[in-house]
Amino acid sequence: MAKKVALLQGNEACAQGAVYAGCKFFGGYPITPSTEVAEILSNELPKIGGKFIQMEDEIGAIASVIGASLAGSKALTATSGPGVSLKQELLGYACIAEVPCVIVNVMRGGPSTGMPTGPGQSDVMQARWGTHGDHAAIALAPATCQEIFTETVRAFNLAEKYRMPVQLLFDEIVGHMRERIEYPEPGDLEVIDRTAPSVSPEDYKPYDTSFGDVPPLAAFGSGYRFHVTGLNKAADGFPTTKANLVDDEERRQIRKVEANRADIEKNEEYLVDDAEVLVLAYGSTSRSARYAVNELREAGVKAGLFRPVTLWPFPEARVAELGKKVKAIVVPEMNLGQMILEVERVVKDSCALAGVNRVDGEPINPGQIIDKVKEVM
Amino acid sequence: MAFDYDKYIRPGKLPHIWCPGCGHGIAMKGLIRAMDTCGLEKDNTAIVSGIGCASRLPGYIDMCTLHTAHGRAAAFATGVKMARPEMTVLVMGGDGDGTAIGGNHFIHACRRNIDLTYIIFNNNIYGMTGGQFSPTTPTGAKASTTPYGNPDPVFDISKLAIGAGATFVARTTAFHATQIDKLIAEGIKHKGMAVIEVLDDCPTTYGRRNKFRSVVDMMKRLKENAVPVAAAAKMTAEQLEGKFLTGVLYKEEKPEYCKQYAQVIAKAQGA
Repeated sequence: MAKKVALLQGNEACAQGAVYAGCKFFGGYPITPSTEVAEILSNELPKIGGKFIQMEDEIGAIASVIGASLAGSKALTATSGPGVSLKQELLGYACIAEVPCVIVNVMRGGPSTGMPTGPGQSDVMQARWGTHGDHAAIALAPATCQEIFTETVRAFNLAEKYRMPVQLLFDEIVGHMRERIEYPEPGDLEVIDRTAPSVSPEDYKPYDTSFGDVPPLAAFGSGYRFHVTGLNKAADGFPTTKANLVDDEERRQIRKVEANRADIEKNEEYLVDDAEVLVLAYGSTSRSARYAVNELREAGVKAGLFRPVTLWPFPEARVAELGKKVKAIVVPEMNLGQMILEVERVVKDSCALAGVNRVDGEPINPGQIIDKVKEVM
Repeated sequence: MAFDYDKYIRPGKLPHIWCPGCGHGIAMKGLIRAMDTCGLEKDNTAIVSGIGCASRLPGYIDMCTLHTAHGRAAAFATGVKMARPEMTVLVMGGDGDGTAIGGNHFIHACRRNIDLTYIIFNNNIYGMTGGQFSPTTPTGAKASTTPYGNPDPVFDISKLAIGAGATFVARTTAFHATQIDKLIAEGIKHKGMAVIEVLDDCPTTYGRRNKFRSVVDMMKRLKENAVPVAAAAKMTAEQLEGKFLTGVLYKEEKPEYCKQYAQVIAKAQGA
């Protein structure tokens, strides 16, 4: 049977992907360029018995999402740079309390109000380090409308599987462009639900590591009573200041991502095998980069594209390996050089490194990338 | 027979963190009696708090408890209640948590008339951080950040709740211990946003800076300035100067938010 197809905007594909993933709660606050996600879910969620609420502010939005998730609903919020700045404290809460949830950030420029209707990729480091304290981060950056659908499903899966917040980083270009997408049928994509406790309510501890680095999570109202706090805590969920327990908790919450990189990381490699120069790009910028790589190949330059779909954790092993094979890596991004710092960290001085950067609200075009490649080769 | 508080207390979680003379313990006992009066099921009740002395209360109670971030309790609670409208959701915290950093969430929860019972422990000060002035610290009073006397006007929390749209608003004090459980129980039974303001005392960070020589003096302040709503109706404005009203200050039946949203679902599903 032919797949159902549609011409969908990126933000629409995100909303549809959320429904596919089993999202039952959206708490949001209006902000350009992400509002379509909220608008569509206000229409779609009640149809499937889900809940939509427009909260009083960005902080309230993520607070409601964490509350709903603890009550057993897969939950989503969508915002943009300034909204993510406001959400940072509670993003950290979701990290330490280990509450699955998905945060969409349709990136624009900044800092502050910046250029609300222009594209940007300047929240890459905010996604990694925005909230205070040591913590792991998972952030995904799709580049097409189809991929926004599938990565939204994957974001929910990772949030549920690893009991943590997952950020979806679009930029205004992928969020607002329209492309043909094929709707996956139910069953085409894996949908993961959080692991429920296998023990009785009397024996349940919300941070019991005897089940591994990701403890099973019960829902409020399901017959399990437990305590949740943003304080460092012991296995039973109650606050502790015991040095060894705090240390164990902090390290475990980072380890649960680090030890599962193979499951979480996702990259696309295009014409990389014989490449002498690598363009490393993500999100909408990777579309210009692909065009540039094709043009360069036609001109006889052995160029390849490395596109991280999972931005965090950064694919450090593979990038370090590629850094030893190529003469140069060019990193185009719509910021003044954020992801290039990670590339620099892992390739060290094994190859030349150059950025192509724009923060004027205009996309990076293939010509700029081609020029930079020629410059470094 | 004496009331069995242990039935609701988590084994091993006492003693609590509150200082000798603090009114929070009196309020917690009132809350527990109210839970008992209402027959709340432990598995089906969530208690959500923010940050501060009062916000440590949920940890002591054997129910589904959520100690959130500073000021955010009402917003977390809104998510819990929307996701599981069948649960009883109680919210609690102090005056600073609820009406300063959490003021926006508080007034909007009132506006929605969502079925939460919000108990505010108003001790006129940020106690946990050492006695900085809050939105309810009296003008002129001394706090660690008002060494020359507080220049700020104060919030009347109950009036704020009424103005924002809460449909059950009541006030009592830590001195009027037997009234606490009655008002909280009435708030829990009320379908819609219920706010119960419990005026209490912080001898450690407020009393000692403001010439209260003892906890008894602070309790006397609560006793002597409280005027029941019915009595106030017969008093002049002059007589009411410096006093505060206690009892049910406002009650109204209005559509509750989750019920309203159930109608949205029915419409979306073509009913």
